[in-house]
Amino acid sequence: MLNKKSKDNLITYAIVIAAYALFQILALTGNLSSHMKGLLVPMTYYAVIAVALNLCVGILGELSIGHCGFMCIGAFTSAFFSKVTAGVLPTAPRFFLAFIIGIGFAALFGFLIGIPVLRLKGDYLAIVTLAFGEIIKNVINAFYIGVDKSGLHFSMKNSMELGMEPDGNIIVNGAMGITGTPHDANFTVGIVVLLISLFVVQNLVNSRDGRAIMAIRDNYIAAESTGINVTGYKMMAFTISAAIAGAAGVLFSHNITTLTASSQYFGYNASIMILVYVVLGGIGNIRGSVIAACILYLLPELLRGLNAYRMLIYSIILIVMMIVNWSPKVIEWRKKTFGKVKLPGRKEAA
Amino acid sequence: MKKMNKFISVLSAAVLAASMLAGCGETAADSASGQSGASGDKVFKIGAIGPLTGGAAAYGIAVCNAAELAVEEINEKGGINGYKVEYRKEDDELNSEKSVNAYNTLKDWGMQLLVGSTTSACSIAVSEYTKQDNMFQITPSGSAEDCVLYDNVFRVCFSDPNQGIASAQYISDQGLATKVGIIYDSSDVYSNGIYQKFVQESAGKSFEVVSAEAFTSDNNTDFSVQLQKAKDAGADLVFLPIYYKEAALILTQANTMGYAPTFFGVDGMDGILTVDNFDTSLAEGLMLLTPFAADATDDLTVNFVKKYQEKYGEIPNQFAADAYDAVYILKQAIEAKGVTPDMSVSDICEQVKTAMTEIEASGLTSAKMTWAANGEPNKEPKAVVIQNGAYVSR
Repeated sequence: MLNKKSKDNLITYAIVIAAYALFQILALTGNLSSHMKGLLVPMTYYAVIAVALNLCVGILGELSIGHCGFMCIGAFTSAFFSKVTAGVLPTAPRFFLAFIIGIGFAALFGFLIGIPVLRLKGDYLAIVTLAFGEIIKNVINAFYIGVDKSGLHFSMKNSMELGMEPDGNIIVNGAMGITGTPHDANFTVGIVVLLISLFVVQNLVNSRDGRAIMAIRDNYIAAESTGINVTGYKMMAFTISAAIAGAAGVLFSHNITTLTASSQYFGYNASIMILVYVVLGGIGNIRGSVIAACILYLLPELLRGLNAYRMLIYSIILIVMMIVNWSPKVIEWRKKTFGKVKLPGRKEAA
Repeated sequence: MKKMNKFISVLSAAVLAASMLAGCGETAADSASGQSGASGDKVFKIGAIGPLTGGAAAYGIAVCNAAELAVEEINEKGGINGYKVEYRKEDDELNSEKSVNAYNTLKDWGMQLLVGSTTSACSIAVSEYTKQDNMFQITPSGSAEDCVLYDNVFRVCFSDPNQGIASAQYISDQGLATKVGIIYDSSDVYSNGIYQKFVQESAGKSFEVVSAEAFTSDNNTDFSVQLQKAKDAGADLVFLPIYYKEAALILTQANTMGYAPTFFGVDGMDGILTVDNFDTSLAEGLMLLTPFAADATDDLTVNFVKKYQEKYGEIPNQFAADAYDAVYILKQAIEAKGVTPDMSVSDICEQVKTAMTEIEASGLTSAKMTWAANGEPNKEPKAVVIQNGAYVSR
């Protein structure tokens, strides 16, 4: 007999797989518009990064508003690798290695940033992660890296400084970023990555380590006094969170062929958008993050028909969703009205 | 608490399901309208993509408006090959991800030819998909080198490198300066592209580059440091491969510090005379390479500017001119091959692609434009100088 928690986890996987099956059937029977088809991959990587951020914000209890910085690292390192090896390796192993590299670098940076950052708490941590996200973006904007037969060339000034042979290939061109990354990502890969990140996070939460992490969140002093290695567990959660964000970055860079480290993809606005997904889905509620990320990514696109009004309607919907989900008065009313309805699919209280 | 969570999860699932259905509903509606279009009156469907909201909205709106104007004119005069043209624009918010979404939306609508995207990065991202679908794409203003990487993509504007080369050539040929300072936006693809090529090209020319200072979109209000460096290096010409808004600030600040070199801009400089609160007398003697000047006196430009102003209440800029030309170029290419709307998107693309290399177009941005198969336009750069608050051709 499965216990409640594993049942709950299985429901999350089932929802994702059902959604995948539904979209695949629609696509195969020709009922899916190209617009929707194009939205599927972005939906998966926003869901993945929402899961990553929820691990950091909801489970670890540390507010990070620089998570797109990790996504940026994952995107750039993997795109760099894919571009360099595009003619050398066949697609499948290359894309797999790109994932390893993107995730590895994001995790490494998560670890390095974690060392100073996790000594801070609350608002201070939020500010430092914000700064970190901006630093990553600006540093990558200053990179010029090229490859020719004598090897790698690197400059932080401009592409002329690289001193490339005429047959050389500029891979990272400052603000112009990386163009021509092979278009490897597809919906199936996206769903697999989403399932793996869900698996990692949900199992972590239900493990001994996860309970320690949540103990730190709930009462730092009590956790420390029971002998929990606070710094170690914090680092672990933060690094895993960064690694998953890196995986989202790999999907991102292999879905759109132009990759620029600009604010609209990796700036703090983008990070806050992910935070909105997490908050609306329910802090600490992994399944909620996935659903909220999908809905909130789809909404502005489905409202395209309304032209400029869609921005307005999107904001109103955000406010309404927030009130419906979290206002105590509304919750009370909902309980009164729908309280008696028995519904399947119970889950842990957040 | 549990009940609440239960409710939320069901509610969210319901909303998700509803949103999926909404997506499907849209498909059904679209395919229905597509069919009625195919069986009834045949029309060419031209789509345009650009940033219609956000910081770069001015460019996208100019492109989409001008394309709309051109389509209306064409329809008034009986359409292309006797077929009317339907037009639709989509917003990409200057985001390549959204640009691809916009493209897919237009594809569902039944688009056959694409005018866009307006900006370089978006255009590159979209070209990956037009190549897959083999849809003909003409970008009015995507100037980065990689925009026309695929053979189904053509452009109307000069490429960034071409502008850099042309500027260096022009400054050298006209003997405008011996020492050149550059101020560019290192966070901008367009500015970087021109800057890099300009410096490469300046080797062996009659001038030397004595200072090259960058700014980024995050600190684009104070240019005193960059100007001081150019001044200290003794630059007698300052090359500004940037957009007109920053250029207006640079001119004002240079004037305040009593530095008066020749300023030289590229097509992004067009529009400087329309900046609010900018003392246009400071722009006297400013030189720029631009394909379009709104106060030119040829019939085509006068007519275009008048109509555009009547309809949208603004003076059109070079983005608008490029887009207007793009639609007429499509018309000419379609007519040259006798393409009809009932052909498949891919067949139209093949025909128009061949036609593009054969036609010689005349429009607002040049009296004579031809294209090579690689998608690059071949046209003469025009240099103008600002005198008495107006462009004067040199």
